[in-house]
Amino acid sequence: MTNTQTIQFPASTLEKVHEIIKRYPEGKQKSALLPILHLAQAEWKWCSPEVMDYVASLLSIKPIEVYEVASFYTMFHLEPVGNHVIEYCRTGPCCLMGGVEVYDHLKSKLGIETGETTADGKFTIKEVECLAACGWGPVFQIREKYYMNLTTQKVDEIIEELSK
Amino acid sequence: MKILTEHIDVQGIETIDVFRKNGGYAAVEKALKKMTPDEVTEEVKKSGLRGRGGAGFPMGMKWSFLAKPEGVPRYLVCNADESEPGTFKDHYLMMKSPHTLIEGMIVSSYALGANTSYIYIRGELMYVATILEKAIQEAKDKGLLGKNILGSGYDLELYVQLGGGAYICGEETALLESLEGKRGNPRNKPPFPAVKGLWQCPTVVNNVESIAATSWIVNNGGDEYAKIGIGRSTGTKLISVSGHVRKPGVYELPLGITVEDFIYADEWCGGIRDGHKLKAVVAGGSSVPILPAELILKTTNGENRLMSYESLSDGGFATGTMLGSGGFVVMDETTCIVHNTLTFGRFYHHESCGQCSPCREGTGWMDKVLHRIEHGKGRQEDIDLLVDVAKKIEGNTICPLGDAAAWPVAAAIRHFRDEFEWHINHPEKATAKGAVFMREGASWSL
Amino acid sequence: MKVTIDNITIDVEPGTTIMNAARQIGPHIAPPAMCYYEPLKASGGKCRGCLVKVTAGSEKDPRPMPKLVPSCITQVQDGMIVENTINEQVLETRKGIVEFLLLNHPLDCPVCDQAGECHLQDFSFEHGVSKTRTVEERNTFEPVDLGPYIKLNMNRCILCYRCVFTADQITDGRVHGVMHRGDHAEISTYIEKAIDNDFSGNVIDVCPVGALTDKTYRFKSRVWFSKPEEASCSCGKCSGKVTLWYRGDEVIRVTARKNEWGEVKEFICNTCRFERKKTSDWTLEGPTKIARNSVISANKYGASTITPAFPLKQAAEQYKQIDDNRDRSFLAPKKQLN
Repeated sequence: MTNTQTIQFPASTLEKVHEIIKRYPEGKQKSALLPILHLAQAEWKWCSPEVMDYVASLLSIKPIEVYEVASFYTMFHLEPVGNHVIEYCRTGPCCLMGGVEVYDHLKSKLGIETGETTADGKFTIKEVECLAACGWGPVFQIREKYYMNLTTQKVDEIIEELSK
Repeated sequence: MKILTEHIDVQGIETIDVFRKNGGYAAVEKALKKMTPDEVTEEVKKSGLRGRGGAGFPMGMKWSFLAKPEGVPRYLVCNADESEPGTFKDHYLMMKSPHTLIEGMIVSSYALGANTSYIYIRGELMYVATILEKAIQEAKDKGLLGKNILGSGYDLELYVQLGGGAYICGEETALLESLEGKRGNPRNKPPFPAVKGLWQCPTVVNNVESIAATSWIVNNGGDEYAKIGIGRSTGTKLISVSGHVRKPGVYELPLGITVEDFIYADEWCGGIRDGHKLKAVVAGGSSVPILPAELILKTTNGENRLMSYESLSDGGFATGTMLGSGGFVVMDETTCIVHNTLTFGRFYHHESCGQCSPCREGTGWMDKVLHRIEHGKGRQEDIDLLVDVAKKIEGNTICPLGDAAAWPVAAAIRHFRDEFEWHINHPEKATAKGAVFMREGASWSL
Repeated sequence: MKVTIDNITIDVEPGTTIMNAARQIGPHIAPPAMCYYEPLKASGGKCRGCLVKVTAGSEKDPRPMPKLVPSCITQVQDGMIVENTINEQVLETRKGIVEFLLLNHPLDCPVCDQAGECHLQDFSFEHGVSKTRTVEERNTFEPVDLGPYIKLNMNRCILCYRCVFTADQITDGRVHGVMHRGDHAEISTYIEKAIDNDFSGNVIDVCPVGALTDKTYRFKSRVWFSKPEEASCSCGKCSGKVTLWYRGDEVIRVTARKNEWGEVKEFICNTCRFERKKTSDWTLEGPTKIARNSVISANKYGASTITPAFPLKQAAEQYKQIDDNRDRSFLAPKKQLN
């Protein structure tokens, strides 16, 4: 994981990378940066400097261009994370629907604070801003999946399910 | 009257066959086979459709600004970076009926002469991107995308681009930067995207809902569309409702119904949740001024306030607000306005790109002051300080995020100053579980 | 085309910005430029220090512009009327900009090598107020070395992006940039890496504040104790045209030559900047022209006999008694606020 040599997308992902690059005019391959960072994060869970350097080499851009971008957007994890990253929405409408209690429950259930990872490496909690699901709040997201209309009981069920 | 969501609950509407059975893609057939691009643009102009992302700029006029130099590609980019707190209508529409957007993209791209178009969707909505990509593939398989669509000679490639988590990318030039693989720093304007947009080529950026509405306009004519609604607020609008109503969700309504009907009628929100009463509403997404119950229901002239651009902004910022993106956040009497303002202030602090100094520093400053007040560390002078900081940000930034950050703070103080003072005067009560928003049985009628 | 700035009308080339038109009139009319840097493409528009009021857009369309506009990136139109130093709204806004820029600034001028030639000092002296309204804890960063020659003190940075443009435009491999966003944005190489190329030292000269400083000069002197001399050498890599900064007979610093706006037109190489520190390395061309009101000219060139009226007047206005008995008990306990 820390060795650049071992960082290489599997062939099927590489094919996807090349398909994505073709979506843009010639010479504009940098446009593929965000989609490819998503692929990289799916592959290696977080964007280590080595992973970002690899992405830079795929797109023939400078590594600094990748660092600047990855650190700008909140979805890219620049530190190692647990298997399940729970990103909960802390913005007004979710709070109106009782978000604060639900998230407090989530934190005490897992015994960690926002930004931390459980000792077994299974869960990381992150707080994020509005996830565009305000009417279905409180909401959190674990990778691409949205969990909506959360209650403390629902949180228990989700955590139990994912702990298996 | 429903235009965008008429068939949204039909089983299988996300598949192309069911979508077509319900009249889908008729606009593509009509536009590409029977109309010139200029005729499509003309209908959109006649419709009076105003940009549904928040700014409300007439869409046909925006299209007419597009530069058309020879030999330079033009682009249409759909802004699906829906991130304004309180707003989730595009999420709903794309998730339930992806072809509605794709049909609109084909029609609009044709009108603008774009042969490659992108849907820039916020990264968090990865699962919706997957739904859209599947729908695009279906459309391609049926000859509705790709080369020589329906034998018309018109080519269009349509791609979905994922963002990475940044509210600012809903600003059109930040979106274009992001689509170019850069940080989402808004550009200085001029030049506007219509002249120098994506990769310095002429580009139109439109919201999901605006683009989706073009199909109906092509099918039925701009004049028909303009008959719906009221005055310069033509057509229907998707309203995202959250907060303390019986039935939160997304509603498509003809512009011009009364706010009172919208909140209380069973057809819409169904009233405030049991045993509670309306306290305040943020009518158009977090950035627009919050209004107390009496001002959201009636204007200062005593007229019923309507769900329309003009009526909601009646009275200016002193007593009015804006329709914005249609993010309708309803609060009952248990709501602590200071806390809600803090979550919005924190939001804009978190989402400032950091490029220009008033926004970078000012949003952080307001957040910290609000945090102190909410946690019982406020000073009397903090309230006027907040108003002044908001004033110093407003209008002085590269992009509208500065205004969006300043307005909710200024408005909350304008209409609920007593609550801020209460927090400052009762530090012990403000800190007792101070960060908890839902105060059991709390009533803020001071 | 004709443009009127603060009631002074001049003729300028089409495409000229308001900033450059004002500079043609003179330094007393030119708006402050914290991020704009004429030699660097794409610079400007960020700090908002140069916002001005356009009271008439052009001869053809004499309507005023609704918002203040950044003069550094706004082109003049024929017949445009601009207000800079005579407009209350502009001056009030500028006070706000100074306040914003100082909000997280450490105000460590007494130990900052840039003091005396710092644009933020000038800007806050001319446009700021003496009293702060913030009681919040400042965002802080640890100073870091960017290789053997350059010190980065991010606390002082105002995120003008000049150093990023410099690295992009005059070096062949940019390794530093802006990380993160909002008020947590920072200049960084991300992973520890030296900025290592022949022209890297120029980021020091373009930095308007003391965020990027010359490690070979660090804490050696105060700028007003040194005396600048123009000098040149036949350098294979750059023009070899520099300014030598003497303290007594010793060259304590080498910089590129800056024009009256503090801009470098001819960037110099690291060898000239960091390694040629003996008089014998150079051909001297005479003393550098220094503005009379600059602290650098103090006690030199007979400047002590000149009374700089404008700064003195401003000083008298600004240095009112400072209320030092403010109540600080409300301060939050020391922890990171959300």
